[in-house]
Amino acid sequence: MPLTFQELLFRLQMFWAERGCVLQQPYDVEVGAGTMSPDTFLRVLGPKPIHIAYAQPSRRPADGRYGENPNRLYKHTQFQVILKPPPADIQDLYLESLRAIGIDLREHDIKFEEDNWESPTLGAWGIGWQVMLDGLEITQFTYFQQCGGIDLDPISGEITYGLERIAAFLQDVDSIYDIVWARDPVTGRQITYGEVRLEEELQFSVYNFEAAEIEKLWEHLQMYEAECQALLTSFQDLKKLQQHEKAHERAVHEEHEVERQIKRFPVLGAYDLCLKCSHLFNLLDARGAISVTERVGVIARIRNLAVGVAKAYVAQQEKPPLAVRA
Amino acid sequence: MSDLLFEIGLEEIPARMIAAAQKELHRRVLELLNRERLVSGATIESRSYSTPRRIAVVFPGVLPKQADTEEQLTGPSWSVAFKNGEPTPAALAFAKKAGVEVSALEKTVTPKGEYVTATVSRSGRAATEVLAEQLPKELAALYWPKNMYWRAGKPERFVRPVKWIVALLDEAVVPVEFAGVRASNLSYGHRILHGAQAVTILKPSEYVSALEAAKVLVDVDARRQRIRKALDAATRSVAGARWREDAALVETVTHLTEWPSVLLGNFEPEYLSLPEEVLVTVMRDHQKYFAVEDASGKLAPHFLAVLNTETDERGIGVIQHGNERVLRARFNDARFFWTVDQKVLLTDRVEMLKSVTFQKDLGSYYDKTQANLRIAEEIAVLAANRGVALDRDALLTATRLAKTDLTTELVKEFTELQGIVGGLYARVQGLGETVAQAIYAQYTPASVEDAIPDIVEGQILGLVDRIQTIAAMFAIGLEPTGSKDPFALRRAANGVVKILAESDLPLTLADMIAMPGKDEARIADRVSAFLRERVEFYLRDVRAFHYDVVKAVIAADHENVRDAVARAEALSAVRGSEDFLAISAAFKRIKNILRQAGEKQGRPGGEGRVDQKLLVDAPEQALYSEAEKLVPAVESLRAERKYQEALEQIATLRPHVDLFFDKVMVMVEDPAVRQNRLTLLAWVLHGFSSIADFSEIVSS
Repeated sequence: MPLTFQELLFRLQMFWAERGCVLQQPYDVEVGAGTMSPDTFLRVLGPKPIHIAYAQPSRRPADGRYGENPNRLYKHTQFQVILKPPPADIQDLYLESLRAIGIDLREHDIKFEEDNWESPTLGAWGIGWQVMLDGLEITQFTYFQQCGGIDLDPISGEITYGLERIAAFLQDVDSIYDIVWARDPVTGRQITYGEVRLEEELQFSVYNFEAAEIEKLWEHLQMYEAECQALLTSFQDLKKLQQHEKAHERAVHEEHEVERQIKRFPVLGAYDLCLKCSHLFNLLDARGAISVTERVGVIARIRNLAVGVAKAYVAQQEKPPLAVRA
Repeated sequence: MSDLLFEIGLEEIPARMIAAAQKELHRRVLELLNRERLVSGATIESRSYSTPRRIAVVFPGVLPKQADTEEQLTGPSWSVAFKNGEPTPAALAFAKKAGVEVSALEKTVTPKGEYVTATVSRSGRAATEVLAEQLPKELAALYWPKNMYWRAGKPERFVRPVKWIVALLDEAVVPVEFAGVRASNLSYGHRILHGAQAVTILKPSEYVSALEAAKVLVDVDARRQRIRKALDAATRSVAGARWREDAALVETVTHLTEWPSVLLGNFEPEYLSLPEEVLVTVMRDHQKYFAVEDASGKLAPHFLAVLNTETDERGIGVIQHGNERVLRARFNDARFFWTVDQKVLLTDRVEMLKSVTFQKDLGSYYDKTQANLRIAEEIAVLAANRGVALDRDALLTATRLAKTDLTTELVKEFTELQGIVGGLYARVQGLGETVAQAIYAQYTPASVEDAIPDIVEGQILGLVDRIQTIAAMFAIGLEPTGSKDPFALRRAANGVVKILAESDLPLTLADMIAMPGKDEARIADRVSAFLRERVEFYLRDVRAFHYDVVKAVIAADHENVRDAVARAEALSAVRGSEDFLAISAAFKRIKNILRQAGEKQGRPGGEGRVDQKLLVDAPEQALYSEAEKLVPAVESLRAERKYQEALEQIATLRPHVDLFFDKVMVMVEDPAVRQNRLTLLAWVLHGFSSIADFSEIVSS
């Protein structure tokens, strides 16, 4: 019997956990893709190795179809694996993971076709493939090269599985809503994806396309942006202070005070605010509220925040300069 | 002599990059072998191979080592090097530099005197040593359109991570190292069919067969052949059916597979109610499937997928089912979009274009449509005045609706179908065949190989849309520079030139430039120069005229493109004749004389009219009277566009020009005579340069 939706998730989590990944929970702020979770966006920055995996519900308001289209969703689930640095056998590991979810590759046609990923909003891009299984794109496989406008070293390998697609494929159903989400081990009763999520798809399509108040959305966007920007500015001031003290080889402030402030600075909070902006932008876009001239400008504003957060994160992770530490 | 095998194994290389890289690696290794004197002069039977996971070359006839060489080095003069038979510091230094004993220095007598020389012999290096040192450099220099880093510290960029290297001289491993990978004699077979176990290559001659046993067909031609045969075979199971030839797709799937096979899949015939263009785009562009047609050429409810595996019947069933499932979902989407799109007619979509950006400083596609309409109206008048039979209303309707399909769901999903979708919708919405065809073909020719639109209205719409884009972009300073052409203006201009060259429209580039309106008048010169370059490109690269013919023709006029083609054809026909070459040389000489005289006098060298009374010598009188007869004859032939005959007439001037230069001195003392001779030459040059500037023609 093919895997249920939740078994598919269990198997992938187990598979990657057994290969040394930390299993993280889905991030609890709206994101458009698993890449935007801080577990990817921030952790791929800097030198510290990570192996991490998590499922990430990903919201794309404009893709909503009121639950009427069998292949399209407002919110789909990505399973995201980040390996930094990527092990030399990362492709083989990936193929093994397919075996682990019940795909016998000898009975399928698998191809790695060029598909480079890019997110202008995040100032991020990578080189990679879409993995095609019997003509179906089941995974995006990317070697991250840049994130938040920062060149990565070491780079990260990112594997993003489209869980709904894979489940529909494994269960051979034509509609996502017919996917069996869970099966009662005692009674055998099945709960479908539709039973779990259809209502949400419908209601959020109505909200995203019809009900969301455009003026409020703009206000929220401006408020989140302003707060994020203010945080980033304070952080930059701290860094300037630190450099100033280093330049004069003396600590104006009490020893370690600036470092302490840098270390406890809420860069992660700033990133949440940036994610909020991104989601609000997507909502405004779905509402058709962003004119063509505004569009590019708003994307640039959010990109600015993302790049600012990435820079701050890297600066925060760096070891303090020696002159001050002494 | 040894066989060399060099294979680099990678994670899947993008299909579009493989052929060029394979060729380049082959060229680089060949040049390396020649440069390092590791092949004897004879031509050698080399081969190159590739799959998505490897590129390889095999060179038989590699020498085991470079030949030893002997070289004579020359040092200081003998008298400096030896005083009284004793070596001086100069001799010692030279001996040291040459690496020989002082006693081995020799005296060599040259025409310049006696010098110290040393004979230095160098033993050739072993092939394996040279290759181990040089092959990594050739790999590092390979060009890839897009590179990546993968190792920490970023020591190298390459198209994809390097997995293995095989480097063999016969049975011996050449110790090549690249990207942290050391060469061995171990290659790898098909990911699934062979698995992770290494394939030992005992010697280069066994490379192809060893990998074939591991389910990898490294020979690209063989793979392509296998695919074509398998496509044929699979199609035969459907009576009367043929697969639709698609050479580009064959190339793509050849470079996506190591061990190809083909399966025939089916889709529900009900989808055939969708337009063929949509079905084929979904199959070809999105799924890399070949379309199948029935005996009458109509699309049949089947498709052909090229697989990178081979499996049993059960597996084939699974794979076929999977592919059919994907295609059905895609067709369903397309049908859904088609149905939804019909709810809003194209005519009601014009307003919606206000929210589709054309370019941020130029406004929306609505604005562009308005600008296109103004130009279309003017060109319609111009063309009609010049006798073109034209459905003006249809042209204007097509222009007004041309961009409306950008607002449709189908085009948002399948952007490559823009224009085509508009045309199809115009047809089903009863807007008339002319309107439909003009919208449908507005983006053709998309490349220089493409045909131009069939109907006049389509040709004009194509011109209007492109010239408006070019002029508008130039007006805000977005003209292409160097390799940067983000708005594909060169392609747009190539389209303009091609339509003007290959249609019967009596329109010139000057007409085009005059159109976009007064605002853009200040950029007319730059647009004109830009289009001139494209005419040059068209004549040279598309029509393959010799570059000097192109320069000569364009120097005379580039604005009437069709005429430029005719003149280039005529010029190419006469270009080889001896008389013509002589005339060309003479014209070049005339040009030089006039230029030099101009420089000397500080004003153009041959202004004014020829004064017959001042023509004193017989040869100059003969040249004058002959040219005077020829000018009207050539002019009337030119007017009738009988260019070749006109050029043949001009060539008859040769003996008179030759005699003139033989006997007559131009730059004489007498200023009046001198000036008159310059005027004569200028008049001849000018009178015969309206078809082409012959001075551009080169002799060999």
